[in-house]
Amino acid sequence: MPLLEARGIKKAFARLTALNGVDLTVAENEFHGLIGPNGSGKSTLMKCVAGAEIPTEGTIRFAGRDITAVPPAERARAGLSLKFQITSVLPALTVYDNMLLALQAQNRLSNLIFSRTRGPLHERVLHTLDQFRLADRASDTAAEISHGQQQWLEIAMALAPEPRLLLLDEPTGGMSLQERRLTGELLIPIKRRCSLVIVEHDLDFIRDICDVLTVLDQGSVLESGTVAHVQNSHKVQEVYLTRV
Amino acid sequence: MSEGSAPSPAYRSVRQSRRQVIPIVELALLTIFSVLPLVLADYLTIFITRVLILALLALSFDLVWGYAGILSFGQALFFGSAGYGTALLARDLGITSIFIVLPASLVIGLFVSLALGGFLLLGRHPPTTIFVALGTLTGSYAADRLARGWYYLGGQNGIPAIPTMTAGSYAVVEGPVFYYLAFATLVLVYLLCRFLVRSQFGLALAGMREQEARIAFFGYRVQQLKAIVFSLAGAIAGLAGGLYAFHEGFVGPTMPGVVFSTQIVLYSLFGGVGTLIGAVIGVIAVEIVSFWLADNYQQVWPIILGLLLLLIILFRPSGLIGLVVSERERVGTFGHPPRTLPRIAQEGGEEDQHAAP
Repeated sequence: MPLLEARGIKKAFARLTALNGVDLTVAENEFHGLIGPNGSGKSTLMKCVAGAEIPTEGTIRFAGRDITAVPPAERARAGLSLKFQITSVLPALTVYDNMLLALQAQNRLSNLIFSRTRGPLHERVLHTLDQFRLADRASDTAAEISHGQQQWLEIAMALAPEPRLLLLDEPTGGMSLQERRLTGELLIPIKRRCSLVIVEHDLDFIRDICDVLTVLDQGSVLESGTVAHVQNSHKVQEVYLTRV
Repeated sequence: MSEGSAPSPAYRSVRQSRRQVIPIVELALLTIFSVLPLVLADYLTIFITRVLILALLALSFDLVWGYAGILSFGQALFFGSAGYGTALLARDLGITSIFIVLPASLVIGLFVSLALGGFLLLGRHPPTTIFVALGTLTGSYAADRLARGWYYLGGQNGIPAIPTMTAGSYAVVEGPVFYYLAFATLVLVYLLCRFLVRSQFGLALAGMREQEARIAFFGYRVQQLKAIVFSLAGAIAGLAGGLYAFHEGFVGPTMPGVVFSTQIVLYSLFGGVGTLIGAVIGVIAVEIVSFWLADNYQQVWPIILGLLLLLIILFRPSGLIGLVVSERERVGTFGHPPRTLPRIAQEGGEEDQHAAP
């Protein structure tokens, strides 16, 4: 049974149809890349899966459960985690507190009120920040760190609740070449822990880390399959040569 | 920045975070207000007692707006409901024991806010700020009209001559005794709120205030968190209402009304929201300035006060407390970041140098 199964997803905004019957299947521990020209519906599909948007039609099943109309908080608690396209770390909080905020999210209310997990989570916060090369910025506010570091912080926060499926929407947007390379290195180890759906414009980056690619064009699936299969697809080459 | 030549941002910000102004302000106010009845005339002690009770109410607004981002124009509704409730207990049942009337006022505030909060906050879709503001405003207005029109509640005249609050055989009369009761209640509630907003729950509230939509994707049940804070604040407003009713010996239809609700918002904005102590300072400042202006400029004092409020809110949106407290301190820190640079930064490898902005 696949971990994520989206069937016939349609999403319309007034007269604009962003998604028109998209299917997406993601297996356990699979790294799945979503590519396509601007406006092809990649981010909308991610938002539908995470719960930021409710599809006009179609069903989304996660770990066997229909989550099509389930609120984002419940999807997160079921094991879905999203990193938004626009960086949305909490700028006024310290890097440390951003991380703690993400790690403690699914704690019981009484634990939060009496701060029972603040001590036990301390090591995890530092360890995760260390993994994402942010430990030396722990005391700074998120507004004070660079854009690339904010992106890493957000990926670290999305990974904090140990999701079964991580959704990354353009994680390397605005990064330098070296930062993108580092981001790829940071993502590889998570394959042991969870599946990944990633939207990215950098085709070299996505080719390096993904097992399966789905190409969207004008709200529909143009091609889906292994990286080699998609690379050799005439339809994909045509779209990328003429429109990207 | 080379690591040997200047302090790293981590060191710098740790040093900055050590300069805490809020505890100094808290301690100064605690000391001053502990001794005030010893140096003030009785009529001024009674005036300051009223200020302390209103500070409790402002604290409740700061919790909902400054921490949970709920724009409530209904704090007076909970305040007034509890005031009327305890006044009726005293008038109709002869219950004046502090051990019953104060818990009763707290419970009344809690239940009324639970009912209104449940309706406004726990719907199928997350409500907008405007929806909640208008909903609480409507509740406050409806309570005012109800109190004015219901004969049992005394109509326009309210409930006068409420019997004195008692503690066993001892009468808790206005003056130093009531002052210390109000003061102790305020300190206790303040400490409770302080504990809450600095806990991990407080971090969740800070996250909610900064980016409500984002934190739901971590798994926070945002509307539930809001309803909890709203109800807690309602209970505090109710407690203030009970104290106020017995202190003034009177409750009237303006007590749960819109004007009073707006006044609480202004107190908090004037002092500064999101610090707790700012709301307390707001009440003290507005009430003392009003008192002094009314004494010295009998004809024009409301205009002067109005202008002063406008100026502060326009030019110092962070309120009076913003004059001495940095944004960093206002937001606060919730964990314990390391005070020395961890291994990675100390090694200063190629990748880490790259990572620095």
